[in-house]
Amino acid sequence: MRVLQAILVRLFTTAVTLAGVAVVVFVVIRVVPGNPIAMMLPPGATEEDVARLTALYGLDKGLWAQFGIWVAGVVQGDFGTSITTKAPVLELVLGRLPATLELSIMALVMAVVLGGAAALVGTRWRGGRVEASVDVANGMALSVPDFLWGLVLILLFGVLVPVFHISGRVTPSLDLPFTTGFYLFESLFRLRFDLWADLVAHMFMPALALAIPLAAIIGQLLKQSLKETMNLDYVTLARTKGYGEFRVILREALRNAALPTLTLVGVQFTFLIGGTVIIERLFSYEGLGNMAIDAVINRDLPLIQGIVVLFAVIFTAVNLVVDLLYAVLNPRLRHG
Amino acid sequence: MSFLDIRGLSVRLKKGPALLRRVSLQVQAAEVRGLVGESGAGKSMIGKAVLGILPPSVEVSEGEIFLDGVDLLRMAPSERRRKIGAVAALIPQDPLTALNPSHRIGPQITDRLVDILGWTRARAEARALELLAEVQIPDPARVMRSYPHELSGGMRQRILIASAFAAEPKLIVADEPTTALDVTVQKQILRLIAGMQARHGTALLFVTHDLGVVSKVCQKLSVLYSGLVVEDTSVAEFFTAPRHPYSAALLAATPKYTDPLAGLNPVPDAVIDAVRAEVAAFDRMRHG
Ligand SMILES: Nc1ncnc2c1ncn2[C@@H]1O[C@H](COP(=O)(O)OP(=O)(O)OP(=O)(O)O)[C@@H](O)[C@H]1O
Ligand SMILES: [Mg+2]
Repeated sequence: MRVLQAILVRLFTTAVTLAGVAVVVFVVIRVVPGNPIAMMLPPGATEEDVARLTALYGLDKGLWAQFGIWVAGVVQGDFGTSITTKAPVLELVLGRLPATLELSIMALVMAVVLGGAAALVGTRWRGGRVEASVDVANGMALSVPDFLWGLVLILLFGVLVPVFHISGRVTPSLDLPFTTGFYLFESLFRLRFDLWADLVAHMFMPALALAIPLAAIIGQLLKQSLKETMNLDYVTLARTKGYGEFRVILREALRNAALPTLTLVGVQFTFLIGGTVIIERLFSYEGLGNMAIDAVINRDLPLIQGIVVLFAVIFTAVNLVVDLLYAVLNPRLRHG
Repeated sequence: MSFLDIRGLSVRLKKGPALLRRVSLQVQAAEVRGLVGESGAGKSMIGKAVLGILPPSVEVSEGEIFLDGVDLLRMAPSERRRKIGAVAALIPQDPLTALNPSHRIGPQITDRLVDILGWTRARAEARALELLAEVQIPDPARVMRSYPHELSGGMRQRILIASAFAAEPKLIVADEPTTALDVTVQKQILRLIAGMQARHGTALLFVTHDLGVVSKVCQKLSVLYSGLVVEDTSVAEFFTAPRHPYSAALLAATPKYTDPLAGLNPVPDAVIDAVRAEVAAFDRMRHG
């Protein structure tokens, strides 16, 4: 009951947030200099040509009138038409969304696995050289931003020992049988492990670059709260029952220690998704982020708006999922 | 040999002062030994040493702990853990923090039976229900499915007692099991522990501040001051003819046993000075 109420409240605040984001983006991209129409036309186009195209895209109207038209369209599921590609924005954006989602989720999984392993190992052998090494590795991972990790990885696994692909999402010459944009999932579903391997070989480095800083954050925070939890009375009591140290960490401490980390991971995951913009560019990965950069360069206003709104929807969805997970993991909230 | 036989156990802060000074004490099978002494005397430290849960900041510098005939301190850590888990258990001080908030009560009682002793889950659950009934918990089946935060402190302490007895240990360490509870509940819990101990024939090492409790549940008593056992005696003898002046002063300091109207008599300074001198003499002797 409480959970349902919380979801409803959340959906309402989400709607308000999205409306706010829409207004801000709409205004900002029209206030910054740069005329999309001028950029579309070849040099030497006449004043009339510019005026005609401007009117065609509705850019001659007042700011609020434009906004009204845009909102009216969005409500009906029409996000307008991309100025550069002439294709419907919604179609373009949804076409790229799966690639970015797969990359982000892959990165998140890597971060949780790496960070979780670091935290568990550091806790199991705490107070010694092992924990010190974990701390040093975490510190290094944190002091370098994701795109620099991308460059390091390209040098390591793209140039020095070329085991992974450094650009694109999939080898272009391959025949793709996919009906959805979720290639990675669909290749598994269709048991096409050859394609899956090719996709992973492309995705590995950008995902790892995104994952490394988050893994360090997870590793540090989770280790800290695990160590605190390991001193609590109920863990000490479990120790007298004959369990091994690892089992005590996993069964008694992990779940309670994971709660503060979970909240932080939610916030950090939205940062990670933001990081895809540059990482996708760096690895020429055909996702939303790469498209966003092109859209900004070309001042493709409807496309920018569509992408930003989609990112905002993703961010709030992530936060909602984190809140729900928190409630599931914490029995005191479920019954309170 | 006694079921628990601690011989000359010294524990100190790593590279620091001694916390236990050649402590020796025995607990026979089915016997209850009280452990009294002022706060910080090292009562809990003895219990922790027996159960293998000494804090990482301290170390055992000498001595032996024989539990069920084997020297715990000479065993590999994993073997020691298993031995302790198989024959001993703890009733902790604070029931509010000693249950895992994110697990239901049922598994917190049955897990060790299933995972360590290899019982079937059904058998372990039947056993848990039986024990919860024995500690007078109404509707045990519902309690098994509850989370700790749904239960009162007294209920939780009953659950922890049931859990301690679940694997039929031969020795239970109870570390001030009633101090965190309401005064009204304290008596019930005390009676419960004494009853369970008698029925199950479990040896009990009972840490307490309260000489009234000692007179009710214990047969033997060790008096501790600053990590030094100053008296090891039977309870009957302690209350009639305490040998050590510190014991006598403790007894006098408990209002019940003198004139209730006289109020609390603190341990006289002269006695404290004497027992401190004894500790200092012990340390001098050790370090030459
Ligand atoms: N985790 C720890 N690290 C370092 N020193 C400790 C730790 N726990 C206890 N000590 C010290 O060990 C000594 C004995 O502590 P212990 O807990 O055994 O006392 P106690 O007799 O149980 O006292 P109380 O009646 O207050 O529970 C004290 O001087 C205490 O400061
Ligand atoms: Mg204590």
